[in-house]
Amino acid sequence: MSISTQSLFNRTILRRAVLDALGKFDPRVQVRNPVMCVVYAGAIFTSGLFVRALAGGGGTSAGFILAISAWLWFTVLFANFAEAMAEGRGKAQADTLRKGRREVTAKVLAEPHKGAVQRIAAAADLRQSDIVLVEAGEVIPADGTVVEGMATVDESAITGESAPVIRESGGDRSSVTGGTRVLSDWLVIRVTCDPGETFLDRMIAMVEGAKRQKTPNEIALNILLAKLTIIFLLATATLLPFSIYAVHAVGHGSPVSMTILAALLVCLIPTTIGGLLSAIGIAGMDRMIQKNVIATSGRAVEAAGDVDVLLLDKTGTITLGNRQAVEFICAPGVSLSDLAEAAQLASLVDETPEGRSIMVLAKQYCKRRPRDLESAQAHFIPFSAQTRMSGVDIANRQIRKGAIESIARHAAQLGGSFPAELETAAQTIARSGGTPLAVAQGSQVLGVIALKDIVKPGIKERFGELRRMGIKTVMITGDNPLTAAAIAAEAGVDDFLAQATPEAKLKLIREHQQGGRLVAMTGDGTNDAPALAQADVAVAMNSGTHAAKEAGNMVDLDSNPTKLIEIIETGKQMLMTRGSLTTFSIANDVSKYFAIIPAMFSGIYPCMNRLNIMHLSTPGSAILSAVIFNALIIIILIPLALRGVKYRPMPAAKLLMHNVLIYGIGGLIAPFIGIKLIDMALTAMHLV
Amino acid sequence: MTDNSWLQIGLYLATIILCARPLGVWMAAVYEGRKTFLHRALGWLERLIYRAAGIRPDDPMNWKAYATAVMLLSLLSGIALYGLQCLQGYLPLNPEHMSGVSPDLAFNTAISFVTNTNWQSYNGETTLSYLTQMLGLTVQNFISAAVGMAVLVALIRGLRGKQTDNLGNFWADLTRGILYILLPLSVVLAMLLVSQGVVQSLNPYQKVRLVEPQHYSMRTTGSNGKMVNTRTVVRHQLLPTGPAASQIAIKQLGTNGGGFFGANSAYPYENPTPLSNWLEMAAILLIPAALCCTFGRMVGDMRQGWAIMAAMLLLLIPLMIGCTAAEHAQNPAVAHLIHHHPGWALKNHGYMEGKETRFGITDSAIWTTVTTAASNGSVNSMLDSYSAIGGLIPMWLLQLGEVVFGGVGSGLYGMIMFVIVTVFIAGLMVGRTPEYLGKKIEAFEIKMAAICVLVPPALLLTATAVACVLPGVTNALGNTGPHGFSEILYWASSTANNNGSAFAGLGTNSVFYNIVGGVLMWVGRFWIIIPTLALAGSLAKKKIIPPSSGTLPTHNGMFTCLLAATVVLVGALTFFPALALGPIVEFLSGGRL
Repeated sequence: MSISTQSLFNRTILRRAVLDALGKFDPRVQVRNPVMCVVYAGAIFTSGLFVRALAGGGGTSAGFILAISAWLWFTVLFANFAEAMAEGRGKAQADTLRKGRREVTAKVLAEPHKGAVQRIAAAADLRQSDIVLVEAGEVIPADGTVVEGMATVDESAITGESAPVIRESGGDRSSVTGGTRVLSDWLVIRVTCDPGETFLDRMIAMVEGAKRQKTPNEIALNILLAKLTIIFLLATATLLPFSIYAVHAVGHGSPVSMTILAALLVCLIPTTIGGLLSAIGIAGMDRMIQKNVIATSGRAVEAAGDVDVLLLDKTGTITLGNRQAVEFICAPGVSLSDLAEAAQLASLVDETPEGRSIMVLAKQYCKRRPRDLESAQAHFIPFSAQTRMSGVDIANRQIRKGAIESIARHAAQLGGSFPAELETAAQTIARSGGTPLAVAQGSQVLGVIALKDIVKPGIKERFGELRRMGIKTVMITGDNPLTAAAIAAEAGVDDFLAQATPEAKLKLIREHQQGGRLVAMTGDGTNDAPALAQADVAVAMNSGTHAAKEAGNMVDLDSNPTKLIEIIETGKQMLMTRGSLTTFSIANDVSKYFAIIPAMFSGIYPCMNRLNIMHLSTPGSAILSAVIFNALIIIILIPLALRGVKYRPMPAAKLLMHNVLIYGIGGLIAPFIGIKLIDMALTAMHLV
Repeated sequence: MTDNSWLQIGLYLATIILCARPLGVWMAAVYEGRKTFLHRALGWLERLIYRAAGIRPDDPMNWKAYATAVMLLSLLSGIALYGLQCLQGYLPLNPEHMSGVSPDLAFNTAISFVTNTNWQSYNGETTLSYLTQMLGLTVQNFISAAVGMAVLVALIRGLRGKQTDNLGNFWADLTRGILYILLPLSVVLAMLLVSQGVVQSLNPYQKVRLVEPQHYSMRTTGSNGKMVNTRTVVRHQLLPTGPAASQIAIKQLGTNGGGFFGANSAYPYENPTPLSNWLEMAAILLIPAALCCTFGRMVGDMRQGWAIMAAMLLLLIPLMIGCTAAEHAQNPAVAHLIHHHPGWALKNHGYMEGKETRFGITDSAIWTTVTTAASNGSVNSMLDSYSAIGGLIPMWLLQLGEVVFGGVGSGLYGMIMFVIVTVFIAGLMVGRTPEYLGKKIEAFEIKMAAICVLVPPALLLTATAVACVLPGVTNALGNTGPHGFSEILYWASSTANNNGSAFAGLGTNSVFYNIVGGVLMWVGRFWIIIPTLALAGSLAKKKIIPPSSGTLPTHNGMFTCLLAATVVLVGALTFFPALALGPIVEFLSGGRL
């Protein structure tokens, strides 16, 4: 299955959401949301009043009660629908994932090597530490670690990436996921999960939202909304005795009807945010899945929004995979093409990325194709840790390439010397964050190759954005401090940790956490696991080891370390959407008072009509318009709740100003217009 | 509004703002236990008190211990004050031979003074002995004020604490607050008031001959059982006196507000001259405003204190101007007469009814806004006679939760609860778990802050609703219709928010009003203090997150406006329907209901 981006209102999801929304009328579902539960109770209550009015009881017209009651039911339905819409996409994905999890049989081995005794077992019966053999064309039955063998694996069922990946025992590419398929060769795997706890199971649970727990901020917001609901409940309920007093005092009019009180209550309590709150959370998780990130909990996603410090590995995240040759510097009297040719020859069998980059650079200066090496009886000297050089003996030429000190020693042994100019050039390269390599032919040093880390294009701008968001970036590298400082400056990170060891990383995270900061990091290797476990937001690469994936609280299926930045944005978006809709919801209440209060009391105090600043046609239409607006606004805001408020990287003060203007001031004004329009429509249709 | 009004308002606010910083910094030093010049004079007394009471001032207290100490002290104070009132007939310093106070009134008054409310269902000069006034009320004026400040200081310690349980020592905070802050200021103010003619005496009430004898007649049942007209001539007047100045000083400074005499600061012996009026008015906001600076100083960022004070001013200034303007405006009933009788020589005199001529409209309106903004509740004019809007403003100030300066200590800790709610919503809007002064605001904090914001409205709306429909209760009303409703609403707002200001017009010395009022005051005070201390305890345990540009700044204009908007919105949304049936409908009807 591939996680494709589907449009927000896909037809199948829509159809399913409508059905699910009806199913959510179950009181056991409603009771979980205090705000909507009050609306639900109001809807039932007004329905009861309607029945009583039909039977001739009460003073209010049955038609009006029916209209109010119907719209209260719609309010609940719309909130249900919002939640169902948010869940819909996840459910569709979970179905596809489940289809992929066919009944698989496994070859269980008695011993952890290929030749051991086999027996056949169902994948569902596999337990932790079982050893299984998977051969070409077979589906891997469970999550595990490769203990023997090497194979290409198609992981598209999980990642959506069709290019096969290599999995092998030992090292950082040893983890395999159940449900993926071995394409070639074979693997012996030690199972690391019991059934029901596999990655696929977790992923299904996550996309389905089945195990969704409320996040800390969501809980806090729910408390606030519940308290607001209580205040409004009191403010509304006390209006009955107040109006009884008023009627008694002025001697005419009648106390407020129960229907109108229920309508006022529902209009005042924060139904907009209450109805959309869970949809926002589910949609936030869903957006993470769209970005191919599987989070173990909503808590982790929310924490991402709070991150203060971001630890990033230099290699692969900040710089392109490896160092590349960028320049040749010739010794006095040596031509550039000679140096380039020698460098090319020395790198012919050097399959490292550095070696390949030297070949690429040399081709620009040396037009000659490498000679027929077979005929020249070339003898290649591989790199060794002792000599720290590699090279080739071809014809009578002895070409060597290596670290400056090694080549200097090599040349001195042969009676040559290392030119002072090159010495200076090498130091300059090192100071600017590069790595100098020297090339020698015999005892003559030909020149220096400058290898340099290439900072990923666009990364500096991303760090700039992070800085504006108030997030500090720290580069982690094994390089020496000099090199690290130069790259850090070029990439625009705030700080760096040079000569990093796993212990140093862990210490750095702890130090930041002691200072009260929230730390995020990415990692893939087993030696990253302790740091991943310590970090507050830890994104493990899907390509990484099982230990790393276990230690992190998110897995990035694309194994893209810069994904962290998007994760942070998603976390922030979730909070912002909640905050903005809360503000909007509360600001809305002002207009509802101006619609309902005059309508409520103009029978007792006719002068109260002067508060009807919207000039709504009748008291009945004023109250109904407010209730209809209150219900419709939920539907109108569903797309915003699902997509999230757009995050702009800017300082908090500016962001606040921006959102207060849109959702605060906007929330104050919009309902005045909306209620007036609904009133005009109701009047035009002669419904009231 | 006259030029004089603008001048007075400007001068008043300037005085308060100018005094805030020096006094605030001084109070911070006192609460941090640093040596100040007063330690040289009073240090021995502080040490003596500690030794006598067995207090070790450096003993740390966690929030539960702190709250227990507050509750214990308040409970014992209440019992002592209740007993003192009931037994005053047997006790000395009772030259007018006042008998014991009735149990329901004693209950109401005891709670009223222990909770810093100072609601008075009685007239001091006809009910209480000098001993009760001095040893009971004046002592509680000091203690209840010092308790409010101590709770605030504990909350500040919670905000700046780094993973600790310690909120300081309540007994030390209480002693220092009284000894170094309230007592010296009260002595100075009492002296100044005496210089203006406020009485301070232990002599019995003075019987004096009237310059002009007064006559009145009354219909009574004669000895033969028939109704007869009795004509009486009054030649003498009884002038109540007593140790007033010493009590009035702390009544104003400690935002208590309970008058020595029934007419409170409208009475000439309590507030004789425009200057005494001005001094008493300045004393109301002096400490609440300065505490903002104490807060800023103690959290290590003065801007945080100024931002809160700015939000308070943002609420106070328009309301003060509004109240003054409303009282200066023409009464619509008079306007109606002018319209229909162009020949009558009627001019606009504003709403002078119920106001003292020696203060005039402006000083009465400023006093009224200030005393209801701060939870002082003293009056120098009768609010019942104010215009609809002029009466709406003090009532709404009460309902905002006494956070616009509010009571000493209690106003600021109440406002910090609103700060927490504001920070929470605003924090979410910038996409971060909300934090205030580096402390994360999470579910527990929101729960506590929401309780503090919720309790007073819940109490006062419920009490008003009950009073509206309970048969017999509305008989106490001086007016019917919306104005009568305002009187009940004002009573509930004032007691539940621990203000003590009275709208008048409502006879509250009945068992219902005394008992219900007592409960409102007790719950309204301690159901805020306990969650506040619990919040302080929870905050103290947290780490302090260093600010970054992603942190919501809480010291700038934007935040100040948001804070003020939150207070207004919560206040308006909660009380608009109730207010609509009281002062708003009175206003809309133009006095013709």
